[in-house]
Amino acid sequence: MSKLNVGETYEIDINNSNQAFILSAELRSKAAQIIASTDFPTTKTEAWKYTRVTKIKNTKFKILADFPLWRGIKGEESSNQIDKFLIPNLSGSVIVFVNGLFSSELSTIEAENGLEILPLNQDNTFKKDLGKLIPLENEIFYSLNTFYAQDGIAIRIAKNTQLKQTIQLIFISSGENTYIGNRNVIRCEDFSKAHITMNYVSLDNELAFNNTITEISVGSNAHLSVDKIQQESESMNSIISEFVQQEKDSTFSINTFTLGGDLVRNNLNIDVNGQNCETYLSGAYILKSKQHVDNHTIVDHKVAYCESNELYKGVIDDQATAVFNGKVFVRKDAQKINAFQSNGNILLSNTATINSKPELEIYADDVKCSHGSTTGQLDEEAIFYLKSRGISYKTAKKMIVGAFLEDVIKRVSNEHVQLYVNSLTNNSLKV
Amino acid sequence: MMLKIKNLHVSIDGKEILKGLNLEINPGEVHAIMGPNGAGKSTLASVLAGREEYEISDGTVDFDGKDLLELSTEDRAREGLFLAFQYPIEIPGVSNIQFLRTALNEIREYRGQEQISAKDFMALVREKSKIVELDSKLASRSVNEGFSGGEKKRNEIFQMAMIDPKLAILDETDSGLDIDALRIVANGVNKLKSKENATIVITHYQRLLDYIIPDFVHVLYNGKIVKTGPKELALELEERGYDWIKEELGMEN
Repeated sequence: MSKLNVGETYEIDINNSNQAFILSAELRSKAAQIIASTDFPTTKTEAWKYTRVTKIKNTKFKILADFPLWRGIKGEESSNQIDKFLIPNLSGSVIVFVNGLFSSELSTIEAENGLEILPLNQDNTFKKDLGKLIPLENEIFYSLNTFYAQDGIAIRIAKNTQLKQTIQLIFISSGENTYIGNRNVIRCEDFSKAHITMNYVSLDNELAFNNTITEISVGSNAHLSVDKIQQESESMNSIISEFVQQEKDSTFSINTFTLGGDLVRNNLNIDVNGQNCETYLSGAYILKSKQHVDNHTIVDHKVAYCESNELYKGVIDDQATAVFNGKVFVRKDAQKINAFQSNGNILLSNTATINSKPELEIYADDVKCSHGSTTGQLDEEAIFYLKSRGISYKTAKKMIVGAFLEDVIKRVSNEHVQLYVNSLTNNSLKV
Repeated sequence: MMLKIKNLHVSIDGKEILKGLNLEINPGEVHAIMGPNGAGKSTLASVLAGREEYEISDGTVDFDGKDLLELSTEDRAREGLFLAFQYPIEIPGVSNIQFLRTALNEIREYRGQEQISAKDFMALVREKSKIVELDSKLASRSVNEGFSGGEKKRNEIFQMAMIDPKLAILDETDSGLDIDALRIVANGVNKLKSKENATIVITHYQRLLDYIIPDFVHVLYNGKIVKTGPKELALELEERGYDWIKEELGMEN
């Protein structure tokens, strides 16, 4: 089965692609039925209340086998083109995907004991477990990803392996109406440790759609930290989802920095399955013009003695909109949970919007949970104070906004990545 | 002449606060401005520093040959005007050091001077923090965050020492200080005094003027300077209040 055979179903054009699909026939068939029978979410759908997806719905996207610009970055020129997306001074493997397909020419895999990296369309071992925990019912975007996914990265960090170097993933988009739908899998086995960056970038300013899912498992006593950097073009539609399974005594942290994109929806789903886990979700966003960025997080505390900490901060200018919906579940008998959620925003214009909705759903009785949300304007008194010492308005604004975002940026533990993020956020502050 | 204020009229929210104020200051001088609450003392400081919420309906301010009122707040600072705030602002996340280095470098850039090196800057921090006995730990903390009242005021004078302005305006710098902090702040100001710079000390209390000896004491009342005298005038105001001046001037309440 390669095509959907239903009359008016939302379809992605695959005529130019000769790649095989990576999800099982069974899951793809289920996904096909759901795509055929499920409408796109509207603002009446609770989980999509503040985010409209009509532009995605009304665009005919296509998967490309070969790409005009992709040719351009092959060969001798390619390394220069990729250089600007590399995090300076960061050593380790660099894995590059262009429009959803792994590029062996642009990637460099640095061998380390206990580390296995390979693209899923060349793999036979990871594939069989793929998609088992991804909900499809009523989920058109997860179903689209399941049906159309042709590639993605598989990373396995074997038991007891402490990676010394960072794994840098770069996802490049280019071309008009391009559909990208990677399915990635990251397995951190027991007692392993890894740091991974996921950098989402564009080569041009064409309307495109990235609908990527990453399946992550963090084994017992394993430590995984992910830095997700979104700096795609202002015509990009991105729905980027991570599904994380945490086993006992593990630590998972993810820092999401959103600077680019027209419509960005991040779905972070964390199942905390074992006791004594730590979970850190952080994010910073700097939005302007008509950008719409929606961070949806779910932390599901299924068992006792765990801690989760969530900190999202944003600066919103022009007519941009940010949405924060963080949900924490504490299941019955999941006692002694500490869950903390915080969302802070600075609105730089009268037409900027924030919809902030931290939520707690608690079924246990001995827990410590809190959530909070603040929204304010730029502190004009502080700006005046800095100006009165000879500092320009422009610098003063950068200093104050930079200070506001600093506690999120400081959560990036790798110094090179932290510097990189710092310079990106500095550059994207409009003055 | 360094500063010449002529017939300054200023209002806020339609209410006139300064009603034709005149003041002249020469290099090397210390001027104290005293007056009852609501006389317009802090308005004067704010207008000179460039707060935008005030409306200037008449008058001129000449600062070393420049039309001060035409300059932005930051350019006034770069030209050498410094305001020590009555209520210094806390800026979480911005370190005192980073803030001051940025300020010094932007001032230098404006004046066509080279940027200060990290080494010279740190040497300057060490030298100037001694003047106000500011703990070097405070210098590296966020601007004024978690500082006590006295530490905030010392930090103002520390910034003044770092920036080395031509004209410093101390807006109620003494309010809320205990006698030890007051002495430290006043000593700092005195150490920074030179033949080239000048200071305006705005205060409620004569007490500060035991430590910072003014060349002139001005009484600001109802938006105007109504009386100017030598330092002894401050003592007289402390003893007798302001009513006798009203009577002397034949003014109603």
